[in-house]
Formats: sequence, structure tokens, C-alpha cells
Amino acid sequence: MEELYRDQILEHYKRPHNFGRPDDFDLEFEDSNPFCGDEQHVYIKLDGDDRVAEVTFEGKGCAISTAATSLLTDELEGRTREELLRLPKEFVLELLGIDISATRMKCALLGLKVVKGASLGSPADWEDEGEQGDPAEAASV
Amino acid sequence: MEVAAAKRAFPVEEIRAEFPILTREAHGHPIAYLDNGATAQKPLAVIETLDRFNREQNANVHRGVYELSERATELYEGGRHTVAAHIGAPTEELVFVRNATEAINLVARSWGAANLGPGDRVLLTELEHHSNIVPWYLIARERGAELNWVPVTEEGRLDMDELRAALQRGPKLVAVAHVSNVLGTINPVEEIARLAHDAGALVLLDGAQAAPKLRLDMATLGADFYALTAHKLYGPTGIGALWARRELLEGMDPYQGGGSMIRQVRKDEITWARVPTKFEAGTPAIAQAIGFAAAVEWVDRVGLEAIHERDAELAAYALERMVDVPGLRVFGPPAGEDRGGIISFDLEGIHPHDVAQILDRHAVYVRAGHHCAQILMGRLGVAATTRASFAPYNTTEEIERLIEALKDARRVFKLD
Repeated sequence: MEELYRDQILEHYKRPHNFGRPDDFDLEFEDSNPFCGDEQHVYIKLDGDDRVAEVTFEGKGCAISTAATSLLTDELEGRTREELLRLPKEFVLELLGIDISATRMKCALLGLKVVKGASLGSPADWEDEGEQGDPAEAASV
Repeated sequence: MEVAAAKRAFPVEEIRAEFPILTREAHGHPIAYLDNGATAQKPLAVIETLDRFNREQNANVHRGVYELSERATELYEGGRHTVAAHIGAPTEELVFVRNATEAINLVARSWGAANLGPGDRVLLTELEHHSNIVPWYLIARERGAELNWVPVTEEGRLDMDELRAALQRGPKLVAVAHVSNVLGTINPVEEIARLAHDAGALVLLDGAQAAPKLRLDMATLGADFYALTAHKLYGPTGIGALWARRELLEGMDPYQGGGSMIRQVRKDEITWARVPTKFEAGTPAIAQAIGFAAAVEWVDRVGLEAIHERDAELAAYALERMVDVPGLRVFGPPAGEDRGGIISFDLEGIHPHDVAQILDRHAVYVRAGHHCAQILMGRLGVAATTRASFAPYNTTEEIERLIEALKDARRVFKLD
């Protein structure tokens, strides 16, 4: 238990980075975890080269989903929308650095799903549900 | 004092001995199964009935002329008789279905399609399970009908003034949970049925959470439709029942077509079997129906009154003990007559999924999430809750373990 809820995860849960709704943004998306109903809303501001200048998020979630999105949003600056779509789930899991059980996988990946949704402009598929419709393979935006 | 002594006499250890799964251990503790609202554990009487049927009695029912099939038919129809008698209903008014969800879908489809038209209203409540919302949404959308909602008060009860007001608008049907699967509220369904009938509406009750703990008598309850499921009542999954008054069933079209449910099939005309067979297309869940009857017999042997009393006692004990956990907020009515052993709560600063995960390490099994009641979650202002739900085999020791585990969750989250 201590390893799942270690200090870094709790720290990101209690004081998530990049949290809140900015005054202006270029992309936004909201999606929910059907397992629990938790919602996250992501806002992305792009720079002149269409690269991520700033990402913030809002929403109420569990320690895993909040920490995952907090960690994820720290790593997105400078990426293109296509690059966001190609981020694999391992990217988030490595940031978390803890073992995630199958039932909590959707919590861990909610932020990534919403970030990809913002990039696509429509709901992205869950990364843990196989190849088909994998947003990483989606047509360029 | 005599009452208190009688309460202590509930034979919990004998009851527990009938449930083999309760001897399981996890993380070095015996499991404390507090997720009975999701599904209840099964006593030996049910397990052995299922096993015996599959080993010794299996054959398809109806129309078999050999001994084994005749015997299977007797057991299946005998099961119908047992379940019907248990809820005070005539045998031919009990339709076997997969679960309470299917019972409600059957009514929405067969009764709703024939009786709901543009502008007609179905009155639901904010505390319904999705199984008593989505079927009505589907048929209302198809027929141009409208869904209306009875609000829930701060204490987690139905707002009866609002219900009366909504009845003035003349709904054709009122569909209500007998017991809330989130709040544990035992709704005043007799009164609701009386008010609804006075307003000319029919009444469907979702009894998924009520049947395991309350004595039901269809003759006096006042409902027109009642939905049951076996697996929350210590029986198998895959079987439930719809009770409806005979004239309603006779006036309804079949829900599904197939074998068994016909009288005669011709190219130009098909006639239906009599009720309830008209609603049971295809080979039914035979072993499960017989297991359902075994569960009902088990409940009758323990006594629904004793089970109900035990449930209220565990609920009162848990509600009292939860006060000890800092930051814990319980949803639903206080302990009392209209409060069953289903307790949803919020632990400040810890998401329900994290609470449930930490409880799992203590082998305390609860449920976290929206409990298929997102309308109610919205009313409560939360996305999810943690829920402990009791059965008569639960003990005050298990509730103490729940309390300790909740305190540990606060420690893990460094809230102390």
C-alpha cells in the first residue's frame, strides 16, 4: 500500500501541478472514467509553431488519476498535436513509477485520454483496449 | 431488556458456517465481505441445489416426456411456485427473467410500447439505479414520452410533497426503488402506491435491494409491477423475477419471441402461450431458477423478520461507529425505521477508489464508484461514494475492522 500511495503520488494528488482553468486556450477537452464517473478537463495553449505552450487541467479524481495527470502535464510543453497523439500509455506509467492493477488502469490513463481528446477534438480511445482505434494511429489532425 | 436479549440471540456463527466463502482469507485476514448490495454470498443450501441439479437432475424443461425432463419441469415450475409464494403472489403472476434489470426492461418494452405515447409521463425519482432509468429513457425517447423526477431531500428521502405535485401532472406510471442501493433509504412505497393509484398511475417497484431484507406481500403492497433479482438474495446470478397483476400481463405483448412462449405458430398468425410462459422465450435458466427457490427457502428458514432486524442493528452499529472516523460524512437518513444496512459515505481528502483500495489491503471488501446512480451522485454533489452494505452474516467485529481500516486510510494519506 505504501508503495502505491508513496509520497510523490500523494504530493501530486494533494497539490496537483498545472491545475486550473486558464483565461485563454486553443484546445480543450473533457472526458470521464466510466468506471467511476470521474471527470477531467484539459486546456491546451499552443505557441506560434502549433506546439504546446501550456497545459492545465481541472477535475475531481482519485489519487492515481490526479497524480498521473499532474505528472503528465509537466511533460507536454513543446510537443505537437501529432506527438501528443502518439504518446503511449507507458509514458504515463513510467512517470507514475508504480504498479497499476487492471482495475486502476483507467484511472492512470484518464489524463492521457483527455489530452489526446483535446488534440483530436473528439473522444480518444482507451489505450488499454487494444489496437483498434488507437488514437496513436489516428489520422493527423 | 428482553428485546435486547432476543437481538443478541441472532445465530450469526451458525449462519456464517453455512457460507463457505466467508472462511477465505486475504492479506492475512479473514475476508470481511461488506459488498452485499452488489451481490450476496451463497449458502450451502443454494450451492448444493445447483450442484445436485447439474449432477443428477439436468434436462430441458417443458414438453419432454421422459422422466428426467418431467422432473426438471416440476423443479422449475415448483421454483416459480416457491418464489411467488414467498412474495405473496399467485404462481402464474411470476415471470422468470435474468435479473431486476430485465424485469424493468420487460415492462418498459411490453407495457410501455403499448401504453406510452407523445406527451405521456413516467415519474421516476432521483435515487433510482440506472436499471430503473435507462429502460424508461429508451422507451420515452421512442414514444415521445417524458420523464419526470421526484427530488431527494437533504436527508436522503424522497420529497413526498414534490411527488404529490408531480402526480397532479398525471403520469401513466410511477417507477421507484423500494430501497435505495446508495442511501439505504426504505421508501414509503405503500403510500406512494396509494397516491399514484389515486392519481390514475400504475406503480413499478424495483425490489432488488428490498427483497433480501424486507417481507414482501404483493397482495397488500399496492404495486402493479415488482422487479426482483436472486443474486442479491443469496441466490444465483442470471435469474430474477417480474411480478405483475395477471390482467396487466395478459394485456401485454411478449417481450421476446422464440420457443416456449407460443401457443401456435402459423405462417400468417402466431398466438401466445398463457402467462407467465408468454414472457419466457427460449430455454430458461433452469438450474438458477431452482437455486432462486432454494435461496428463498433459506431466507424463510432464517426468517425475514430476523434478517430485517439484524440488518437494522448492523446499520445502527455502523452509523454510530463511523462518527469516530474524522472527516467521514454519511449520506442518507439516520438510523431508524426507514434506514437499511446500505451505507454510502465520503472520507474527506481521499477519493472513494483509494479508500476501497486501502480497505482491500485489510481484506475489508466495499464498493466505490457511482453505484449506477449518477443522477443521485449529482444530487449529492459527488462523483462517487464508498459504500458498505450488510448481510445477516456480517458481524460487529467486521464493522470494527471497517472503522480501523478507514482510520488507516487517513494515515496512509497523511491526514492525521
